[in-house]
Amino acid sequence: MDNPSFCSLAENDRVEMLKRIGIDSIDDLYADLPAGLACDGLDLPQGISEMEMLRELGGLARSNRDDLVYFCGAGIYDHFIPAAVDPIASRGEFLTAYTPYQPEAAQGSLQAIFEYQTAIVRLTGLDVSNASLYDGGTALFEGMMLAINHTRRRKVIVDAGVNPIYRRIIRSSSSNLDIEYCEIPLQNGLADRAAIEAALDDETAAVLLQNPNFFGCIDDLSEIAEQAHAVKALAVVSCYPQALALLKTPGEMGFDIATGEGQPLGIPLSFGGPYLGYMAVTKKLARKMPGRVVGISEDGAGERGYVLTLQTREQHIRRQKATSNICTNQANCALRAVIYLSLLGKEGFVDVAESCAANAAYAYAKLTEIDGVEALCEQPFFNEFVLKLPRNAAEVAGEMLKRGVAAGFPVGRYYEGLEDALLMAFTEKRTRAEIDALAKDLKDVLGTGGVK
Amino acid sequence: MRLIYEKSVAGRRGVRVPAPEKDERAAIDPKLRRSEPAALPECAESEVVRHFTNLSRLNFSVDTHFYPLGSCTMKHNPRACEQAAGLPGFAGLHPILPQLRGGEGVCQGALELLYRLERSLSEITGMAETTLQPLAGAHGETTGTMIIAAYHRARGNRKKHIIVPDSSHGTNPASAAFAGFDVVTVPSNDRGVMDLDAFRAAVNDETAGLMLTCPNTMGVFNPHIEELADIIHAVDGLMYYDGANLNAIMGRCKPGEMGFDLCHLNLHKTFSTPHGGGGPGAGPVGVCERLRPYLPISRVVQRDDGSYSLDYDYPESIGYIAPFYGNYGILVRAYAYILMLGASGLKEVSETAVLNANYIQEGLRPLDYAYAATNDGRCMHECVFSAKPLEKYGVHAVDIAKGLLDHGMHAPTVYFPLNVDEALMIEPTETETRETLDNFIAVMRELAETARNNPEALHAMPRKTPVGRIDEVKAAKDMILSAPQ
Repeated sequence: MDNPSFCSLAENDRVEMLKRIGIDSIDDLYADLPAGLACDGLDLPQGISEMEMLRELGGLARSNRDDLVYFCGAGIYDHFIPAAVDPIASRGEFLTAYTPYQPEAAQGSLQAIFEYQTAIVRLTGLDVSNASLYDGGTALFEGMMLAINHTRRRKVIVDAGVNPIYRRIIRSSSSNLDIEYCEIPLQNGLADRAAIEAALDDETAAVLLQNPNFFGCIDDLSEIAEQAHAVKALAVVSCYPQALALLKTPGEMGFDIATGEGQPLGIPLSFGGPYLGYMAVTKKLARKMPGRVVGISEDGAGERGYVLTLQTREQHIRRQKATSNICTNQANCALRAVIYLSLLGKEGFVDVAESCAANAAYAYAKLTEIDGVEALCEQPFFNEFVLKLPRNAAEVAGEMLKRGVAAGFPVGRYYEGLEDALLMAFTEKRTRAEIDALAKDLKDVLGTGGVK
Repeated sequence: MRLIYEKSVAGRRGVRVPAPEKDERAAIDPKLRRSEPAALPECAESEVVRHFTNLSRLNFSVDTHFYPLGSCTMKHNPRACEQAAGLPGFAGLHPILPQLRGGEGVCQGALELLYRLERSLSEITGMAETTLQPLAGAHGETTGTMIIAAYHRARGNRKKHIIVPDSSHGTNPASAAFAGFDVVTVPSNDRGVMDLDAFRAAVNDETAGLMLTCPNTMGVFNPHIEELADIIHAVDGLMYYDGANLNAIMGRCKPGEMGFDLCHLNLHKTFSTPHGGGGPGAGPVGVCERLRPYLPISRVVQRDDGSYSLDYDYPESIGYIAPFYGNYGILVRAYAYILMLGASGLKEVSETAVLNANYIQEGLRPLDYAYAATNDGRCMHECVFSAKPLEKYGVHAVDIAKGLLDHGMHAPTVYFPLNVDEALMIEPTETETRETLDNFIAVMRELAETARNNPEALHAMPRKTPVGRIDEVKAAKDMILSAPQ
């Protein structure tokens, strides 16, 4: 065979090993397989060498455009990744280890996760972080389930500013569980306090919010957390990590659970994953939190060591009574996040956030100067905002794409009546020249497309 | 090692980004701002690089050690697959693109890869169609149990429970509960196979389905598989294949032809994507023809003109289970692996994995005064022994696990499956050499001798690892889960 199979035996090894086992052929190993079930091989192409594979996939990769300038976010952001992140996180000792079940042989992974948990605690202002969940959407779902299990209630209030993709994941993931949803429309771009307060009752398990919300608007949600607590419901918020560098934290706002998408923390766009769901909770919820968690302890000699702890919450012990079915999580993505945050450091991470905000403010001024373009809602934003265009935003975004610019996300896909609204995001990677060119292109496109 | 936070010195900077341009319009209202910056480390880049590099050296890994962790399939991870996933045309692609008008046109290659992988996995499992969206094995199980629930709802069936054998992974019952089902656990017989009579007694009109690994976690191929399927199908239940152990059977048989209606795969096991210290993985779910309507959205389809597209129009679908198209970077790695191996390579993988496991099983069999075999015939990709004979010396499975660490080998899975006392679950995989297997057997013999002659020495192991045995009770009691500020 010319193709690699990565099997490590020579033909002679096989012969000797079969002899040692006391059988004549590999077929004897499959004696339990009923004859009628054996298949006639696989209808797949024959294998190819590493070189040929890279040539073939290189061709597929090249047929995608990798030179687009991104002004679209909608939960996933094109941030700069420091060069050191990849080589360290890709070291074989990290990459090819598994879940640290044997702590003595996994102190590297365990300490790194502990340091990640510490970073998440400090970013969110809450007490306890787990070792990671899959992504921002499933993390919010797990946060909601935690609130439902804790309160033993079944009603959930969802603010319409929560990422609509997350809301769909939550709905479908819970379709077999008895949960009643109450969705509250935004009021001028922000969470509607009066409507939320009216919906809160002693059946309510949780209120789910997002900051900045899907429209990019930022808010002080303290009052809503207080309203939730008044009826003994929990307050859950999903947050963009870079925004946490600047904004009032979930902890400061009195939230019980913070979740979010950790992709912006040094993880490539990679067409949808792998990403990183983070979760932080108050101390009283720690024992009900889903997922792995690493704690400090010591060995017999009193040496500090790290170990997976509170495992009695988990599926491999509790089986059907576990707090969640999660097993494998996103450890290598969490590692990337803690390396990213350590490389940028306390001041560097704030710089990244300030750059994002400055770019967005510059773009906002520039873009709203265009005839017929205006802000959808006049609310403060971090690095993302929605513009109302003089014509269909999906059409405009399509025309911009032809010019090599991913100008934004047309929110009409998920919000009825907002077909002319475009959600635009600005990271520290965008230059003033790129933003100027964006404004010029948008002006051209709107000009040639005519005004309704 | 000290924590990165303990190495932090005020004012030190690592990687710099261009200073933010001062723009007063960007000023955020103080009442919306956090009171002080997050206390992230303040370290020079050199310090950060050295810190994490040195941390990595405290780990055992497949790259550095034999790692026979049962049911986890810790095989070699080819670096070519890493390189493929890192190609800018994949790694730099924003997932929202296909949702923009004309967006599918700028990511045809990425969509084509999804389509080809979907077809390949469906062929390997004998299923009609596969969703690539589930983000891990357990997430695949979630998806699968949701599909089971959707099927029964559409049929007007009143189903209450899902059956699992007592040797199943904990994720099986947890996932069944997630989809709103009760769980009925059926005991295993002497050979570690689910007891057929007990199974028959457990099945009734309220049975939604059976979740099964095959071969099972005992490394045994269930010889009654066709009968199990007949019994389940007679009550309109569904057969769910947990693909954790697919590494044993590729090219030899297909779950879809064994009576299974749906299955999940763990790409990070069978298809060699790195385990990453506990993820990310990927857990695609394949279904038979009659379950296709319930698969999640979106789905990748090939249009008549040969181009690729995402389709959302499936009214009976269980809906969105993940934000985009799965853990794409992991999917690229798995497809790269399948491309390199091809039909005969995948078959060779399974046969070699089974050969290696049997070689270990036969090698350990003579050590029955220490390790009792659970299987007197052939095993599949893994073998399970019980360390119960060592109890008379006061030695347990955990001691053997720690002893192996001192000999430079990762431990097998211990105390699982639950139906075996003092279980040692050993999965060598196909990428190990015969010398490594011989060495493992020799070390197991030496540890058995030590248990007999000097059990205290075993209790003191490991001594050569960065730390000794960690006090797990103290960790749970103290509950220090982040660095104090």
